[in-house]
Amino acid sequence: MSVTVLSSHHGRRRADRSHIALHIGALAVLAVLLYPLAWLVATSFKPADEVLASLALLPSRLATENYGTAAEGIEGVTLLQLFGNSLTISLGAVLGNVLSCSLAAYAFARLRFTMRGPLFAFMIATIMLPHHAVLIPQYIVFNQLGMVNTFWPMVLPKFLATDAFFVFLIVQFMRGLPRELDEAAKIDGCGPFRIFARVVLPLTRPALITTAIFTFIWTWNDFFTQLIYLFEPDKYTLTLALRTFVDTSSQSAYGPMFAMSVFALLPIVLFFLAFQRLLVEGMANSGLKG
Amino acid sequence: MANTSTARATSAPASEAAPSGAQRAGGTGGRRPYGQGRPPVRERQGAAWVFLSPWVLGATVLTLLPMAVSLYLSFTDYNLFDPPSWVGLRNYTQMFTEDARLYRSVGNTLLYVFIAVPLQLALALAAALALKSMRRGRSFYRSAFYAPSLLGASMSIALVWRAIFNDGGTVDNLLSGVGVHIGGWVNQPGWALLSVALLTVWQFGAPMVIFLAGLQQIPQEMYEAAAVDGAGPWRKFASITLPMLSPVLFFNLVLQTIQAFQVFTPAFAISSGRGGPADSTLFYTLYLYERGFTSSHMGYASAMAWMLLLAIGIVTAVLFRTSKSWVFYANEEGG
Repeated sequence: MSVTVLSSHHGRRRADRSHIALHIGALAVLAVLLYPLAWLVATSFKPADEVLASLALLPSRLATENYGTAAEGIEGVTLLQLFGNSLTISLGAVLGNVLSCSLAAYAFARLRFTMRGPLFAFMIATIMLPHHAVLIPQYIVFNQLGMVNTFWPMVLPKFLATDAFFVFLIVQFMRGLPRELDEAAKIDGCGPFRIFARVVLPLTRPALITTAIFTFIWTWNDFFTQLIYLFEPDKYTLTLALRTFVDTSSQSAYGPMFAMSVFALLPIVLFFLAFQRLLVEGMANSGLKG
Repeated sequence: MANTSTARATSAPASEAAPSGAQRAGGTGGRRPYGQGRPPVRERQGAAWVFLSPWVLGATVLTLLPMAVSLYLSFTDYNLFDPPSWVGLRNYTQMFTEDARLYRSVGNTLLYVFIAVPLQLALALAAALALKSMRRGRSFYRSAFYAPSLLGASMSIALVWRAIFNDGGTVDNLLSGVGVHIGGWVNQPGWALLSVALLTVWQFGAPMVIFLAGLQQIPQEMYEAAAVDGAGPWRKFASITLPMLSPVLFFNLVLQTIQAFQVFTPAFAISSGRGGPADSTLFYTLYLYERGFTSSHMGYASAMAWMLLLAIGIVTAVLFRTSKSWVFYANEEGG
């Protein structure tokens, strides 16, 4: 054994060295990737005169007043309310997507019906459909329904499984479940509804969690839809509140703006830290399974 | 931002068609008087349609119908308040012959797609290869590199980007330090678009994760066999990794291209929603928003939306067509 160690000694040292180089490279990339986040957090604590003028990354003192100003919100709407609006829309979207997408997915994955092939193909095609193609008529419909400047245009479509990507994700997951379980439940006299609720849905939980988290993050980050549908400050979300800063040129607004930005990113960062494996694997599987 | 699954779009319907055909045959069998063991087809289908009903409603009322309506509106003059008035092809002729800003927005969008997508995918592939050969810490880096893909679409990051690439921002300071004086990228027509493209490159984690999963599916024996035959690292990469990875590469290419065509938030943040400086970040979607919602030309914006749909359709079709010559599907070759 010692002979093998000796003979591979040189090779292993070289391998070690190349691994160290890899790690150094990876850490360097990581530093560049994390820099904007570090910059954001540091800047949110900078006093007004340092925000854009100072070259140092770290503030000279911790200016927590930025967070105080940010908490007051914008145009009479407090940060808490903005946060609440974002949360309402995102949780509504999560509920809608998990319900409607799992229902549709079960039909596509397990049940028989005429035109299943063509309908499935159509469902897949809508994944690639640019949102803009349906934007204006949808706006007209919601306008007619008196739903402009309410949260419904962001939430209602999710209850109708319009995010076909998640239908597809759940279909792929359900196809991987052993059919014997369904068959056994069927022999025990279960109909499709009981099989869905008692057998398939509990086993689909990882895909449902992935759907829920991605839906939350994408809805939370969404800007375009909120921009066109919500226009009164009391309906503003965090994203729209940040948008009102876009036009600002006054130095004193930057600190609070970045403090609010930190707030807006916080739920996403927490979700990421809590569910990183699930998210990364959900993304990895989207390209491969099937 | 629809994170999509395009590679399946070709294979899935094909694999779906067979079982559904078989079921239809089984279904007619069920209607015969002697096929008594099963409940009638219609009854068995009832449950499926109950499960499907939200999707069917959404697909008709929120997708198909709006598409038809927006096609109709594209031939009208419509401002949301007065009823639409038919103008025939005028919106389209105006787009193609009179609207210089539209041409500008198409040019900007194409330039952005051609810069951002290849850079992002090259970095994603390089990172995936590096992580693949790591013995330790792979899953840590994989997660950490992926994080920007979740954050990048947010307004917060767009605002940070604007500050970092502003006059006197981090990038300006770093470059000035080595004697390159550009000033603020976001204020200069020649550089603003590049700063938006770099924000896309920053989010290379999502395609990287997909590449890495693809790399891990390549059988190790292939590399061992190649090593026995005396292949070096380059030869292995060109003859094994690249062909085996080509379906995943194709998937990422289609996905990122479609997404890049629809970029909106960062350009809006950098230019205060106006596509500046000097229209240099006026992307197609930004211009569509301006025509439709700022100046209430809904008919014209509908025509623009249909042209976008057509453009994405054509690009996707071209990618699929060319893919036949470079995407290698192992199972099709019987291997």
